[in-house]
Amino acid sequence: MSMNPFCEIAVEEALRIKEAGRASEVVVVSMGGEQCVETIRTGLAMGADRGLHVITQDSSSLFPLAVAKLLQALVSSEQPRLLLLGKQAIDDDCNQTGQMVAGLLGWPQATFASKVSISDDKESVCVEREVDGGIETIQLQLPAVVTADLRLNTPRYATLPNIMKAKKKSIQRVTPEELNVVIGSDLEVLEVTEPPKRKAGVMVASVDELLDKLKNEARVF
Amino acid sequence: MALATRSSFRTLKAIRGAHSFCKHATSSGSSSDRVSSLWDEHRLTADQLHFRALATDFAKKELLPNGAQWDCDKYFPVEVLRKAAGLGFGGMFCAEDVGGSRLNRVDGAVIFEALAYGDVSTTAYLTIHNMCCSLIDRYGNDQQRNHWLPKLIQMEFFSSYCLTEPSSGSDAASLQAKNYYQLQTTARQAHGSSDYILNGSKAFISGGSVSDLYLVMARTGALGPKGISCFLLEKGMPGLSFGRPEDKLGWRSQPTTSVVMEEVRVPSANMLGREGQGFAIAMAGLDGGRINIASCSCGGAQFCLDTAQEYASTRKQFGKAITEFQSTQFKLADMQTALHASRLMVSNAAAALDAGSPKASACAAMAKRFATDACFNIANDALQLHGGYGYLKDYPVERYLRDLRVHTILEGTNEIMRVVLFRHMLQQP
Repeated sequence: MSMNPFCEIAVEEALRIKEAGRASEVVVVSMGGEQCVETIRTGLAMGADRGLHVITQDSSSLFPLAVAKLLQALVSSEQPRLLLLGKQAIDDDCNQTGQMVAGLLGWPQATFASKVSISDDKESVCVEREVDGGIETIQLQLPAVVTADLRLNTPRYATLPNIMKAKKKSIQRVTPEELNVVIGSDLEVLEVTEPPKRKAGVMVASVDELLDKLKNEARVF
Repeated sequence: MALATRSSFRTLKAIRGAHSFCKHATSSGSSSDRVSSLWDEHRLTADQLHFRALATDFAKKELLPNGAQWDCDKYFPVEVLRKAAGLGFGGMFCAEDVGGSRLNRVDGAVIFEALAYGDVSTTAYLTIHNMCCSLIDRYGNDQQRNHWLPKLIQMEFFSSYCLTEPSSGSDAASLQAKNYYQLQTTARQAHGSSDYILNGSKAFISGGSVSDLYLVMARTGALGPKGISCFLLEKGMPGLSFGRPEDKLGWRSQPTTSVVMEEVRVPSANMLGREGQGFAIAMAGLDGGRINIASCSCGGAQFCLDTAQEYASTRKQFGKAITEFQSTQFKLADMQTALHASRLMVSNAAAALDAGSPKASACAAMAKRFATDACFNIANDALQLHGGYGYLKDYPVERYLRDLRVHTILEGTNEIMRVVLFRHMLQQP
């Protein structure tokens, strides 16, 4: 329910890694107001072990750098071996948080993952990434940051029994102050506008006119 | 119709074509998610909202895209039903020790309505299967529960409920104690054995010929309610056979057949409950079954309302969308009101059943009668709002209308619902 689709894919991947015996615990994290509890519960209903809710007064001030700093603070207390995030949120489409937190932590990063394989010795992870030119395969030492892309997996449905079991799982609440992170307003949204409406096309009278327009106006050749 | 009109009608159909109804269907689904939870958030528990989200998600992905094809092909979607069972929808009300989800009837009503939004016919079979599982859970002994329920709840096995006979429909369900019962299916004790021999036939059995397990009401004793017992018959038992699947107006994704018993030998271990308890078991099943069928009506009607509203808001005539005309607005508002009232009656009946209220059967009868009538009318109005397009199979509304038409008939006709209700009204408070 209302979980960012790329995040849902990340949760699914985490669950699969645990089911393959490569991880001992899956913790879902969400940051913002009370509505985060629902999102965390969805993750718990899918099968995550426990939840972490970073409570902030106002979700709209949570820009990627703030989220990255809060994640950095959580990582130092939780000590995870792998941070799995959705590649971007579908409200702001920033595609920055994963990259920023990797930078802050000094951890290797693999973004736009379409396949994730943890090594047998659990010391490294092999990731296939979707890049402009095709698929790039890289290997990272753990701990690492991976962001999930659309084709990584198809998330499972929560099941009725798991929805009910999720009620018993714990959600720990923590504030930015407790994490010693100051959320500044680094960014200010000046304006959000629609792109200009598509202009009507021009009817040409002959092939010669078409060629002329293609060459001189559209500059196709 | 003039030739010119006919050809332009066909051209329009080619342009709008089959794709547009899929668009209508899916976009109706997503917009109704946001809207419908607002109508109910104050009265549903957090768990029920989660259950509904899960069922809605499943319905949108697994049922909505396929319902039309299943109806067209008379295809019983066994694998999708098993997927539903994997999520816990196979034995919702059963105890956890056999794999059930131990939900209550209000939870069930919410879930079945959400599933029926995607496809009424398939969801209706799921409710019947759940009813059979509940009866075995409640009336079965440990051996029966442990032997049957784990497989039934996962839908490794399918089940059917067999009460109606060719000459015994409403009469078998009559609750007037002085009436004689026309149940023709008999179960006599075999010589020198504790087995029973069953003879007779059942009609209109949902899941017939495909189901593995059949709950059969048969007469073991004298005429009267106390002479009926309930037996568990297994597909493959010698003498058990099935008629050819009926060619129905709706519910076409379910096989419906007669079930024929010719000297079927059934071990006494397969009797559910005590001898003579069969009628009480049958009626107990129907209370829940009526709430479930009414829930399916609500889900189907919600789909029809959503799709009609969406169509009407895009269809332009006389220079504007037809939703700008007051008669359309009033029609849609009345449909919404009738649906809301239906849903609340169903939820109330479910709550009464959960509470063990002595009026639960009466509430279930009222809710079933009201909701199935109101929701069929909503589907009919929705078809009218679609104009000529509503009459085409390219658009899904006609299938919902056909599916909902039978809900006023089965699980007790709406006429019998009035008989049941009035009997309760006669009782001293």
